[in-house]
Amino acid sequence: MLNNIEHLLEKYENGETSLKEEAQLKNYFSQETVAPHLEMYKPMFQYFIVNKKEQFTKDISLLEVNATKKKFNFKWLSIAAVAVLMLSIFVFNPTQSQEDLITEADRADYENAKAALALVSQHLNKATAQVSYLKVINTAGTQVDYLKEINDPMGRIFNNN
Amino acid sequence: MTQSEFINIVTPFKDKVFRLAKRLLVSTEEAEDATQEVLIKLWKNKKKIKEYNNIEAFSMTMTKNFCFDKLKSKQAQNLKIVHSNYQDHNVALQKQVELNDSLDWIGKIMEDLPEQQKMVVQLRDIEQYDFKEIAKMLDMNETAVRVTLSRARKTIREKLTKTHNYGVK
Repeated sequence: MLNNIEHLLEKYENGETSLKEEAQLKNYFSQETVAPHLEMYKPMFQYFIVNKKEQFTKDISLLEVNATKKKFNFKWLSIAAVAVLMLSIFVFNPTQSQEDLITEADRADYENAKAALALVSQHLNKATAQVSYLKVINTAGTQVDYLKEINDPMGRIFNNN
Repeated sequence: MTQSEFINIVTPFKDKVFRLAKRLLVSTEEAEDATQEVLIKLWKNKKKIKEYNNIEAFSMTMTKNFCFDKLKSKQAQNLKIVHSNYQDHNVALQKQVELNDSLDWIGKIMEDLPEQQKMVVQLRDIEQYDFKEIAKMLDMNETAVRVTLSRARKTIREKLTKTHNYGVK
């Protein structure tokens, strides 16, 4: 019996035991007394047996599925909102709509205004041309500049020396 | 499919999902959340459930993936608390002796195993799945499962021998 267990332990360590043989080992080590030199294996096999008994005690709630679904919808909702916004910008493009609103009467008004403005600018140009001789005053000013030297007769005297 | 029908399908293995999640995430609360999440994902895909020939294996794979994602994000946020950082070494040693006989110590040893080994031990030694099923759940081949399992079992035995000897002395 002991020989058999030792042999099984060796196989066990090499990963060669079958499930049946492993059950045999577990059985042996759940006894009250085992061979002293094999004592150390006892807690290991007990640990395996005890651990299989641990259970998932919480209730399974599948409600969270709804929560995640809601989240998913929300994501798509925001995408849809962005799409609608962008579409609306294209549809109600202000520059385009203004062009659509120009009528023939508006066009005539525009032409009239343009002609009137052209007339005004023509007259203005004429006027500026007439006023342009005022430049002469500037040249006169520079010619009069030499009068300053009268203020400095001493300089002239020294210059001549 | 109604909710009660779904719950009938899920009930036989929901504990296994929970235990695998707890093995990977350690905390009970997180494992409960993970289980809930996995079940909700299943419920969402309830139309496809009939197409899967093994819902249980599929659920276990889902659990594994979910927990891995959880662990990854946790690592990224750097929320992992390493207890040994602020623990007095002598106290830790004393604790080890106290835990020596109890099952908690095995739990500690299991916690230190690499993720893959944890899962294989969980699925084989605790849940008693056969190698073919485990290979399918973890997307490994059977040989790799056996090798991983053997490594894990050896590590556990070595640590046990060490503490056992320590206790005897």
